[in-house]
Order: sequence, then structure tokens, then C-alpha cells
Amino acid sequence: MSAVTEVPSKLSPPPGRAGGRKRGGLNEAHGRWASYLITPSLVILGVVIGYPVVSAIIMSFQKDAGLDKATGLFVAGGFAGFSNYAHWLLQQCVSTTGVTSACPPGNLGAQFWNAFGTTFFFTAVTVVLETVIGMWMALIMNRAFRGRGLVRAAILVPWAIPTAVTAKLWYFIFAFNGILNSVLGAKILWTSDEWAAKFAIIIADTWKTTPFMALLILAGLQLIPEEVYEAGVMDGASTVQRFFQLTLPLVRPALMVAILFRVLDALRMFDLPQILTGGGGGTGNATTTLSILVVDQIRQGFNSASALSTITFLVIFIVAFLFVRFLGANVVQTQANQQKGVLK
Amino acid sequence: MVRTVISALVIVLWCIAPFYWMIVTAFRDVGFTYDTTPWPTHVTLANFETAFSTALGNHLGQAMLNSLFIGATVTVVALLFGISAAYALARLEFKGKGIISGAILAASMFPGVALITPLFQLFTNIGWMGTYQALIIPSISFALPLTVYTLTSFLREMPWDLEEAARIDGCTRVQAFRRVIMPLAAPAVFTTAILAFISSWNEYLISSQLSSDATQPVTVAIAGFAGSQPHVEPYTAIMAAGTIVTVPLVILVLIFQRRIVAGLTAGGVKG
Repeated sequence: MSAVTEVPSKLSPPPGRAGGRKRGGLNEAHGRWASYLITPSLVILGVVIGYPVVSAIIMSFQKDAGLDKATGLFVAGGFAGFSNYAHWLLQQCVSTTGVTSACPPGNLGAQFWNAFGTTFFFTAVTVVLETVIGMWMALIMNRAFRGRGLVRAAILVPWAIPTAVTAKLWYFIFAFNGILNSVLGAKILWTSDEWAAKFAIIIADTWKTTPFMALLILAGLQLIPEEVYEAGVMDGASTVQRFFQLTLPLVRPALMVAILFRVLDALRMFDLPQILTGGGGGTGNATTTLSILVVDQIRQGFNSASALSTITFLVIFIVAFLFVRFLGANVVQTQANQQKGVLK
Repeated sequence: MVRTVISALVIVLWCIAPFYWMIVTAFRDVGFTYDTTPWPTHVTLANFETAFSTALGNHLGQAMLNSLFIGATVTVVALLFGISAAYALARLEFKGKGIISGAILAASMFPGVALITPLFQLFTNIGWMGTYQALIIPSISFALPLTVYTLTSFLREMPWDLEEAARIDGCTRVQAFRRVIMPLAAPAVFTTAILAFISSWNEYLISSQLSSDATQPVTVAIAGFAGSQPHVEPYTAIMAAGTIVTVPLVILVLIFQRRIVAGLTAGGVKG
């Protein structure tokens, strides 16, 4: 099964061992073929990703065009330096006459750190929940029992439902007169009370994405040879010891990759809060994530929005970098090693 | 053993219950929206009629066609270019392969929110707002890397000795690929196609900003589903719409369950 790819190079054949095919002169021909075959895809990605990213960065250093309140004339913008970034990071607003001051309350710029905190809060809580529950689900599915096929099928259901539909479905479950309040015998305002709204998002997200986590972890678990556990049992290790000293270290590389993917996904969370709570709750923006803030900003000025989307992109990039650098979620290296290993 | 089975039941219940509730509600009379009976009661098909009705400015039928069209186009384009790139990454040895694999993986994890602002401005300027191409082009940005990445994983597992044999028998590289490898790779390509299609079908962020009433996909149509009275959410009709959109997908996924799980874990696809 190709699930092997993500997984620990420890358990796959050591890189470069499989010999045979590599001959002198072949690499050059391979290189020519490869460039013909890959270039079209790279060109397309350059157009659909590279171009927007570069133009977002350029736009982020320009002033938003708008009406000059003093003269009533339309001003075209011009070079803005870092003022669009200061707008978000330091809550500075620049008036059309060029005076820099603190943004008035209600200005989107004032919501940046709130959205930043909300995004990281959602990411931390959902990823921890999804990892713990996902690990538990994977351990169950890794056992042999009748009806295992049913569990593996059921677990695909939340994954197969589009997030937008998931959001509407939970919106109904969370309705004031809805099933959840009925079952709990409570009168919780799930989509407008500050903390209830936050947890509504967390619950719905956990429901939707834990199965994905469980499947990735399961793929890692399935690579651990049965003998390892048998040896553990013979050495008298308890179930708990076997989990922490055998399973966890062996599944760690697959687990780290799964967590990395989930973290990156959670940091750009948009569909669920946008549809479930509209980013609202509490005093009005308890569930506004960075992505929601970008979308709110678009119609109020492309350049400020570009600065914000660039900040969001950088934040995600830095988190990914830290993960790979310090937590060993080395997707690319694992990938590269395996390619060397498989390529003969 | 008993504990395992009980745990398994909990998992199944947790995964299925909300989905089940959507379907039960979809068939329930609107007057009994908040009925808590766990099995179907007051069964009616009226909600499905409401879901497809365009009287209140909803366009579910059109939206389904739009999603099918956008998804099919995106999938075909992604496969067209992705197959050759995946073949090269899985099969050939060349300089810079690690970097290219890394770049493609990074692209598949790329946040859509970083694309939306410049695309919004660009498409406004060239008059593409609300057109199909404005929805298809951004979708390619995540479907293509996903295709290349998933397919590369699949192709690495292929019995390449057969290609070698075909070439010894006098086939060119292209012939060997078309006659020997393509038929063998068909299931992998098909699985990848399903994953690419699903990723496009589920897209919401970019479509919610760049589509119009005429071109909106199902996700946008359902998220913005309007009822007859303001401030009264037409829950039963929305659940009916959700059921129509989701049930075929769930059936498809369950039929190709094994391959999809293999593809998901190989490609580390977004959730």
C-alpha cells in the first residue's frame, strides 16, 4: 500500500540500497525527460500561485486608493512603505492627509491581534483534541475484531461531507431549540455567546477532521511489525508501557506529519466559523479568524487586505518551518529519502 | 474484546449521528423542525421541493451543475498535467527532484486566503468576476499539487520492471508508458481523480468571493440558502439540500473506500 510514503524511513528500505538500474549517462536523459514532463505543471503553478503571491506582496506596499476627505478627490494610492503592515500589527491608521494615528474602534485593523489569538486558540485546541481522539480511534481500528470494516467506513463519512455542509448541519444541531440543547436540557446560545460560539466551532471541527487524523495515524500504526509488540509482551511491559515506549516512538514520524498537516489546515480555518457563526459571538468577533478578517477587508481596500494575507501566509510559513526544524515533522526529507530508496 | 467493540460502537455513533440527523430532518415536515424523535417522523418530500425551488432566490439545481462542471474541468486539467509530472517524480532520476517535490508539497498546503485578494483585484480589473474561469483557475492551484503528490506516491509502487521489459521488446518510452503502465496505473489515476474532484467540490473560501448567482457552486448555495422569512432559518430545506449534495459523495467514497484511504494517507490530502 502506498500509505508507506509518509512514513518513517526507518521502516522502509534504506535509501540507495536497491541497485541495478542506475547506469552512466542515464541521468542526463532522465533530466531531459523530466524537464519536459514537469515544466508544464510548474508553469501552471507559477501562474495560479506564484503570480498572486508576488502581486499580493507588491500590493501590500502600496496605499489603498480612496476618496480624500479633505479635497473630495479620488486619490490613486502610491508607495506606502510598511504602513499597511503597521495598520495590522500596530493598529495604526493613516488618514488620507498622511497623518498616522491609532485606529478608531470598530476598524478592522483593531481586530488583528484578536483574530490572531482566536486562530491560534482554535488551532491549539482542535489539533490537541483531534490528535488524542484520532490516536484512540486509530488504536481501536488497528485491532482485529468483527465489524472493523464498518468502523473504517463510518469514519469516512465526516470526511466526505463538504465543510460548508458540515457547518450548516452543526448550525442546526446548535440551534437554540435544536437537538443538542434538547439532549443537554440546556439553553445555550451556541452561535452567539462568546465561549459557547468558540466551542461550537471546536466541536464541529473536531467532528469533521478527527477521522482524517485517525486514518493518517492508522497508516503509521499498520507499519509497526507485530513482533515488536510480542517482544514487549514477553518482556513484561504493561499495555500503558507498550503504548508509550513502543507504539508512540514508532508512530511518531507519521504522527508528526499528520499534526503538521492539521496545524497548517487549522491556521487558515475559514469555512466553518464563517458559516457557523459568521465570525461573530460575544461582543461581535469572538470567532473571527485571520482568514475571515482578510475576506472582510477585501472590499475595504485591496492593499491592506494584501498586507494581511501576506502576514497570514508568513505566520503559517513560520509555523511550518518551526515544525520541520524543531519537531522533526520532516515531510520533504522523508519524501526525498523514500524516492531515492524506491528509485532503482 | 468487549471493550474494543464498545469503543468501536462509540466511534461509529459519533461519526454517523450528525449525518443521520441531517437525513432524518431532511424528510421531516417543516412544522416539526425541532422534533427530537430519533427516528423519521412526519415524513415528507416537501423539503426537497423547497430546496430546488428558485422562488426565494436559491439556485441549488444550477449550483449542482456548476459544481459538477467546475469539478470536472479542474480534475481533467489537473490530471492532464499532473500525470506527466508525477511520472517524472516517481520514475526518473534528475537533479533538483527533492526541491521540486518539496515545492509541490508546499503548494498543496498553500493557504487559499493568500490568493484571494490579488485574484479578486485581477478578476475585477479584467471583468472575470463571477465567471467560471475565475472559479476554475484558483481551484487548479490546490488540485494540481494534490494530484501530482498523490499520484507520485501511487506510481512509485508500480511494477516498473514491466516497462523495462516492454522497452527491451522494442517499445519506445512513450509506447511503454501508454501500453503497459497506463492500464496498470488506471486505478491510481481514478482514485486521484476522485480526490481532486472532491477537493474542488468542497471548496468554499474562494468561490464565496468570486462567484455570482449564476456560477456559484453548491457549497456557496447551501451556505447562503435563504428562507421565506428573514431571520427564520429554513432548516429542513437546508438539511434536504445538504442531503442531496452529500449522499452521492458519501456513497462514492464508501464504494471506493480502500483506494481513497490509500490515496489520502499517501497524499496527506487536506481535510
